[in-house]
Amino acid sequence: MRFPAALGAIGALFFTLTAAATAMPAQSYPIDGQLGLPPSATPVMDLVHDFHNILLPIIIAISLLVLGLLAWVMVRYNKKANPTPSKTSHNTLVEVIWTAAPILILVIIAIPSFRLLYFQDVIPEADFTIKTTGNQWNWTYEYPDHGDFQYVANMIADEDVASWPIEAHRNLTTDLPMVVPVGATVRMEVTASDVIHNWAMPAFGIKMDAIPGRLNETWFRVDEPGVFYGQCSELCGLRHAFMPIEVHVVPQDVFDAWIEAANEDPYEAPRVLYAHYDALRGETRVASAQ
Amino acid sequence: MTDATATHHHDDHTPSIWDWKRWVYSTNHKDIGTMYLIFAIIAGVIGGAMSGLIRWELAEPGLQVFTGQDTGWGAIFGNEHNYNVITTMHGLIMIFFMVMPAMIGGFGNWFVPLMIGAPDMAFPRMNNISFWLLPFSFALILISMFVPGVGGDNGFGGGWVMYPPLSTTGHNGPAFDLVIFALHIAGVSSILGAINFITTIFNMRAPGMTLHKMPLFVWSILVTVFLLLLAVPVLAGALTMLITDRNFGTTFFDPAGGGDPVMYQHLFWFFGHPEVYILILPGFGMISHIVSTFSRKPVFGYLGMAYAMVAIGFIGFIVWAHHMYTVGLNVNLKAYFVAATMIIAVPTGIKIFSWIATMWGGSISFRTPMLYAIGFIFLFTVGGVTGVVLANAGIDQSLHDTYYVVAHFHYVLSLGAVFSIFAGFYYWFEKIFGVKYSSLLARIQFWLFFVGANVIFFPQHFLGLAGMPRRYVDYADGHAFWNMVSSFGYLIMAAGMIVFFVLLIDAALRRRPAEANPWGEGATTLEWTLSSPPPFHQFNELPKIK
Repeated sequence: MRFPAALGAIGALFFTLTAAATAMPAQSYPIDGQLGLPPSATPVMDLVHDFHNILLPIIIAISLLVLGLLAWVMVRYNKKANPTPSKTSHNTLVEVIWTAAPILILVIIAIPSFRLLYFQDVIPEADFTIKTTGNQWNWTYEYPDHGDFQYVANMIADEDVASWPIEAHRNLTTDLPMVVPVGATVRMEVTASDVIHNWAMPAFGIKMDAIPGRLNETWFRVDEPGVFYGQCSELCGLRHAFMPIEVHVVPQDVFDAWIEAANEDPYEAPRVLYAHYDALRGETRVASAQ
Repeated sequence: MTDATATHHHDDHTPSIWDWKRWVYSTNHKDIGTMYLIFAIIAGVIGGAMSGLIRWELAEPGLQVFTGQDTGWGAIFGNEHNYNVITTMHGLIMIFFMVMPAMIGGFGNWFVPLMIGAPDMAFPRMNNISFWLLPFSFALILISMFVPGVGGDNGFGGGWVMYPPLSTTGHNGPAFDLVIFALHIAGVSSILGAINFITTIFNMRAPGMTLHKMPLFVWSILVTVFLLLLAVPVLAGALTMLITDRNFGTTFFDPAGGGDPVMYQHLFWFFGHPEVYILILPGFGMISHIVSTFSRKPVFGYLGMAYAMVAIGFIGFIVWAHHMYTVGLNVNLKAYFVAATMIIAVPTGIKIFSWIATMWGGSISFRTPMLYAIGFIFLFTVGGVTGVVLANAGIDQSLHDTYYVVAHFHYVLSLGAVFSIFAGFYYWFEKIFGVKYSSLLARIQFWLFFVGANVIFFPQHFLGLAGMPRRYVDYADGHAFWNMVSSFGYLIMAAGMIVFFVLLIDAALRRRPAEANPWGEGATTLEWTLSSPPPFHQFNELPKIK
């Protein structure tokens, strides 16, 4: 039972960003008992939040209106309160109203909806491109603008979570994260090698199908450093639930160092990140580990 | 519409219910309707047990059921692939073998001829084959779970949408071929049924019953079967292309040969979206009758109600790509599908408000069917408004394929379609079986269902907003709490299901004789002018409708 944990989380409504330790960058992952969307990390997700904040009151109001009307007729027009029923079966005015009012509400919804849609879908001039390829059951990342290295990111095993060099999460942490610099506009190319996958990153407001034979593109820009988690979101077989996505947003100098290391050997490059986080913590765990 | 002439009794021709020929060779719409209902109950129990395995697996983080580990009794339920098989089969069974047979085959067969004053369906023998194809189709799809699917694992685990390449190169075993054949046969059954209903409704209405005097349930079935007739062949075509891609070297959906996996999705959802209206429209019809009967008032805005269903049916064919916002559609195309999808809210709103207006000024008695009908109206509204949220392609990037979607479509189907089926079942129980049921047990079942289903599905909105993807056998630890709540809800609903079977046994043992019309003056359609159960052959002299 996880009631205590959940009650605590309910108390911290919508606060799903938790900063582990002191100066560590924020990690974004689902919090037990969470009720709403994950906190935003990109301009697109900002608009998603704004739009959801418009939609939620509208749909709650409509549901409560229907509930209230039902409660009213059940109280006022039950057999005891109203023994003889009326025979009314037409009222042109109310019929026009309940046709026109929903149309008006839909128009109100449509304006921010289209603004979000076109903002999200029209890709601005990007600083660089990363290509990711979904495989059964991991993700290949390529950096064509930074030396064209590539690597395959797998989920870490459950037994490694506790001993992982940085804060790690079951079913979310990968052995080799995708890394981008703070403030860069990144163009993501998404495709797949075998079956359809989906590269999803909740905090970015991104969910893009990875389809064999197609090259989909999307974009994001993150202005604060952080660690972000997402999960494959298109059924892809046996280990569909176990091919997560992990993105580290780091300062430009750390990114440059990581790029340099990745051009040597991408599978050793995460050491640069660990060293960076250790430095933030004022520790030198990398040295002692060696 | 109530003025039926006295019916002549031909009960002496009624064969014994223990005579197997009565059922296997049946050409009687009421017997076939009863068989459809029993079939739907059996399929519903199997599909419901599968959802129990799903909720058991998801009750806690980690693998509970589909561990792939030998537990001492062997790996009973298998590994993560078998979880995918169970979710796939749950969806296909509930759609094709529970809701559709119950609504169209069961209630449609029973009450379309009775309500339009016809002696039987237009093509009684075709009606027989429509039904008897289904058990074989169902057998095929159940057998598919026990033959090789992919690698060393049995069954097809590609989701009810069956997207290639997962359903082609991703499942190289014969299991999916069996699923395709099962759906082809079920599709033939649906198309034959659709032809039968269209012919019956257009040609066999009693004298004086114009289309605009036809009961709304008949209207709903008419719209539904038109959707079936137009949508199912598209599914059959897509499935046939999957067969040839899998077995005969074609590349309709394989980019290596110039095909495109997305083309399958367009074909599937051109069928799939009308399909979800096929599942709910007959429920709309039933709810209209029930609300009117127990409010002792005629349906408010009859023509608006009828043409709202026609409009929903039509719009249902032009919104399919809202299931595909993440495949990389052109942005203008997405904008069109956003606009078209949101328009559905208008005729749906007309129906919701017209039901409430039917109750307004009425004299409402809260009998069991009315409880289900009121529950339906509210819960369908909740499912409807989340549909408006999902219609927006921009926010759908966050919610697509998460539990928000699962919550949405279970609110409109598990709480919408299933509640309307139970509403109809209790509305017509006496008429169908000729005995009364225990009102107390029925009310207990309603409350267990109402509470249980909401506890299952409401928390799934939170899971979806937090980003939990659907079809996941295991999830991030941060999704644990609401999953646990949701699984407790299943136990409540399962208790309701047990009460339902106690109710059936109780009714069968006590055999309290039914009344011809237990609901009084509010029940105005023709079936209430007949005895309960109706004579084996009714309306040998056609009723005249004023």
